[in-house]
Amino acid sequence: MTSLSPMPAPDARLHIAALSKSVPGGRVLFSGLALDVAPGELVAIMGESGSGKSTLLNLIAGLDRPDSGDVVVAGTRLGGLDERGLTDLRRARIGFVFQAFHILPYLTLRRNVALPLAIGKTGAAEALTRADAMLEQVGLGARGDDYARDLSGGEMQRVAIARALIHGPALILADEPTGNLDPESAELVLALFAQATRERGAAGVLVTHSAAAAAIADRTLMLTPSGLVPAHG
Amino acid sequence: MLVAEPALRWMIAGEWRQHPGRIAVAAFAIAVGVALGFAVHLVNGSALASFGQAIRTVNGAADLQIKAASALGMEEALYGRVAMAAGVADASPVITLKAQSANGEAIPVLGLDVIRAANVTPTTVGKSASGPGTGASDPFATDALFLSRAALAATGARVGDSIAITANGRTQTMVVRGTLPAVADTQRLGVVDIAAAQMLFGRLGRIDRIDLKLAEGGDPGAVRAALARLLPADAILSDGDDQAAQSDALSRAYRVNLDMLALVALLTGSFLVYATQSLSVARRLQAFALLRTLGMQKRGIIALVATEGALAGLAGSVIGLLLGYGMAAGALALLGGDLGGGYFGDAPPPLIFAPGAALAFFALGMAAAIGGSVLPALQGARAAPAVALKNAGDALDPRARPGIRVPLVLAALGIGAAMMPAAARLPLFGYLAIALLLAAGIAAMPAIARLLLTPLALRPSGAFSFDLAVQHLRGTPGAAASALSGIVASTALMIAMAIMVTSFRGAVDEWLGDILSGDLYLRTDPGSGGFDPAAQGTLARVNGVERIVFSRTVPLVLAADQPPMQLIARPVMPAMEGMTLIGKAATVPRGAIPVWLSEPAARILGRSTGDSVRLPFGHGERFVVAGVWRDYARQQGAIAIESRDYERMSGDLTRDSAMIVLAPGARADSVSRALIAASPPALQGRVQAAQPAVLRRFALKLFDRSFAITYLLEAVAIIVGLAGVAATTSAQALARTREFGMLRHIGVSKRQIVAMLGSEGGLLGLVGSIAGVLLGIAISQVLIHVVNPQSFNWTMSTRFPLGLMASVIGALTLAASLTAMLAGRRALSVDAVRAVRADW
Repeated sequence: MTSLSPMPAPDARLHIAALSKSVPGGRVLFSGLALDVAPGELVAIMGESGSGKSTLLNLIAGLDRPDSGDVVVAGTRLGGLDERGLTDLRRARIGFVFQAFHILPYLTLRRNVALPLAIGKTGAAEALTRADAMLEQVGLGARGDDYARDLSGGEMQRVAIARALIHGPALILADEPTGNLDPESAELVLALFAQATRERGAAGVLVTHSAAAAAIADRTLMLTPSGLVPAHG
Repeated sequence: MLVAEPALRWMIAGEWRQHPGRIAVAAFAIAVGVALGFAVHLVNGSALASFGQAIRTVNGAADLQIKAASALGMEEALYGRVAMAAGVADASPVITLKAQSANGEAIPVLGLDVIRAANVTPTTVGKSASGPGTGASDPFATDALFLSRAALAATGARVGDSIAITANGRTQTMVVRGTLPAVADTQRLGVVDIAAAQMLFGRLGRIDRIDLKLAEGGDPGAVRAALARLLPADAILSDGDDQAAQSDALSRAYRVNLDMLALVALLTGSFLVYATQSLSVARRLQAFALLRTLGMQKRGIIALVATEGALAGLAGSVIGLLLGYGMAAGALALLGGDLGGGYFGDAPPPLIFAPGAALAFFALGMAAAIGGSVLPALQGARAAPAVALKNAGDALDPRARPGIRVPLVLAALGIGAAMMPAAARLPLFGYLAIALLLAAGIAAMPAIARLLLTPLALRPSGAFSFDLAVQHLRGTPGAAASALSGIVASTALMIAMAIMVTSFRGAVDEWLGDILSGDLYLRTDPGSGGFDPAAQGTLARVNGVERIVFSRTVPLVLAADQPPMQLIARPVMPAMEGMTLIGKAATVPRGAIPVWLSEPAARILGRSTGDSVRLPFGHGERFVVAGVWRDYARQQGAIAIESRDYERMSGDLTRDSAMIVLAPGARADSVSRALIAASPPALQGRVQAAQPAVLRRFALKLFDRSFAITYLLEAVAIIVGLAGVAATTSAQALARTREFGMLRHIGVSKRQIVAMLGSEGGLLGLVGSIAGVLLGIAISQVLIHVVNPQSFNWTMSTRFPLGLMASVIGALTLAASLTAMLAGRRALSVDAVRAVRADW
């Protein structure tokens, strides 16, 4: 596998303090949650189904609002941003990897990877050149003109990782990135994800059910109603 | 490029590559609407331009005119008083004759004082030919006739020829002394000396018009006021604007109705764009959620969907304009300048391209396409990204009750608008009411779909495919409503039009049965002079005639800017033969003259039974409305007056039509031949006899012809609606390939899935057409009770075309079912395993 060249991720730190969130029925998912992820650190979060792992990721990404508490991404406090500000922050500073890949079927892989740049002011030509470079780095350099239908699950997730990294995010979030993959592909994707986070000096948060996946992280935490606690065993 | 961000361009291009059919359907819907609207507008514009040119030619280019209110003319002494009035530089008296040449061609002929006309209306002055054989020695001779180029062509005459001219019941031989070089090539016109016209055609002491040239620097308003004081009751002032308004008013309501019908097609197109865009957005909700997660602002999603709509609108509008121009050329050739309405006679006018209208319809097409995309765009932008990324289905909770507040408010506003009076003599609020009711119906579709499907959902039939179809539609009312909007809109409008036309035709048919009480009818051509008392006596004595009732119809101009009403002199009381009163009759006070207003006349004049009414006729007598009668023949209004009152006030004893009751055993065809033979020689060839059945058939044929264009527009609305069903069911089926894959995995056969989709399509068609029919009935009431009375000034009761309504429901249900099954077969061609695994 090609080495992922590090890109600067200034202030790439995630800080969460006293975060609380309940669901519409009134059930408290968690309260007083705190977490710090340092630049280049990868933290895995595990928990039972329905414990609020994906909700926590949504709160970190600014896709949902907490009942109380603070989330600070790369020095920016999310609570002080309106929806436009949150959207801008996601575009500039956050990378996403999803369980279901979400590769748009009608765009070439090159364009899928270039999307975070193409949404902004970057010109199409430059975005596509950088996408080619990213595809090269995830081992799909020759597949830029292919479409999602031509790929296996593991390959699609590698494309998704390339898309998550192309704009040099300070924070990379992954929600069950290996949930749809066979063990061999999962191992490959996890290695790539960990390498990307560490080499780029970005903060990484990985939500997973899988102990094997969590094993690649620097720390593994369990999500409980009273917050995050270190996982044992 | 409309969008700057590369991501938006890529998304739009990707969608177009993947679903060209969807874009094509949206563009087609807009193209049809724009084409119809532009075509109708071009045809109307061309016809009006041509008609207006004809009016201007006959009227010359006078600054101001004084016109006789009726064909009986005015006293010529008025000319002297008017010519001396302050502010009048010159005046030219005119006689107007509806003449006919020996070969039966109609030629309008003006009697002019050439010296005065040369100064006031120079375009109407003839140029004498010179040279041997032209007979040009005396252009002022009594028999001198000048003809325009079109009139020369129509009569087949050349300068120097003698030709017979019949007008006002008299035939005279005239010599063509020259031409009218300033008259347009296509315009028929003849000019004779005014004194000759009065003498030869029985108009001694009378004139029809005085053309005026006003003094330079004078105040036209002051001159008008001074002239108004000089005018007797049977004369009115008129200028170029009045004449333009008069010719515009003649067919205005009909034209506006056609324009509105064409806009309705565009509105249906807009609903279709809405339906296809809604489904497209629903299908791409996860893609939009991804873009939002990756950092695209809401406005980016709105711009994306709106740009897609705008591009479909751009393609549709351009194609529509080209198509519309072609359709206009075809329609002019086939149906004439009035599209079958019967307002303008003669040959089809040349097609005139209207750049302003082209721009306006282009803008309307764009607005319809963008308007149809805005709601889906907002829906796409509003979706919460985190939820949408997890959820591929209908975001609506199947247990949630669809809202009815918005549809109720829209319906209430619609009913309110329907209660409003006409604006600028047009039912503008009526059309607004239709649009609001339509919007209310569409907005209520989720609730209506839920209401109609709940009984089926609560009592499963046991047939797996059908029950699953019911559950799916009931659980996703948003998607069902999107699919239904196009079909509901087009069905509603088609049913509304069909009910209105059926009601109208039924009312006309019934009315014809009431008024055609005679055995035979006799009529002379307009302007031919009619039957004098001697001729009336001769006709009454024809063998086989038991009773003959003569009448006289004279156009009466009540306002210079409005088309003339018809004054009908006939025996009215006590039998009121051939007249059906609406409401009760009134007893007229002693000393007042009773008149009976037709329903349109009563509405135009704002008078009802018992009211006094001012008429430009007689010598200041007081007229009182003795009753209002139903009349579907004269849209501009008619006023009936007793023959004896008419004769006393006008001195006119001639009659131009008659109703005949045959003696027992007499044969209608032989009596009609005898009546025509007994007519005066000057009227030979200008008298027609017809039996009631023929008249009835002819009238209904005319009716059907005038509504031919509406049938076409109805058919287009249904085609657009069906295209909507095809597009939406196909898009929905394709969006559900993963669901089908899952069903196949758990053992459901392809056949069962196709049957399920067929049931869904059928249910959609059934629910949509039932809702459309109900909405159509509501809209038809606005057409019948608001738009028709305010446009055409006549009322009618509702008649339902039950067979058509049942056929529409049946056909749409079947078509929707078949379309859904076809779309399902295509969706099922995707490999089941792959469908379940795939994200999209």
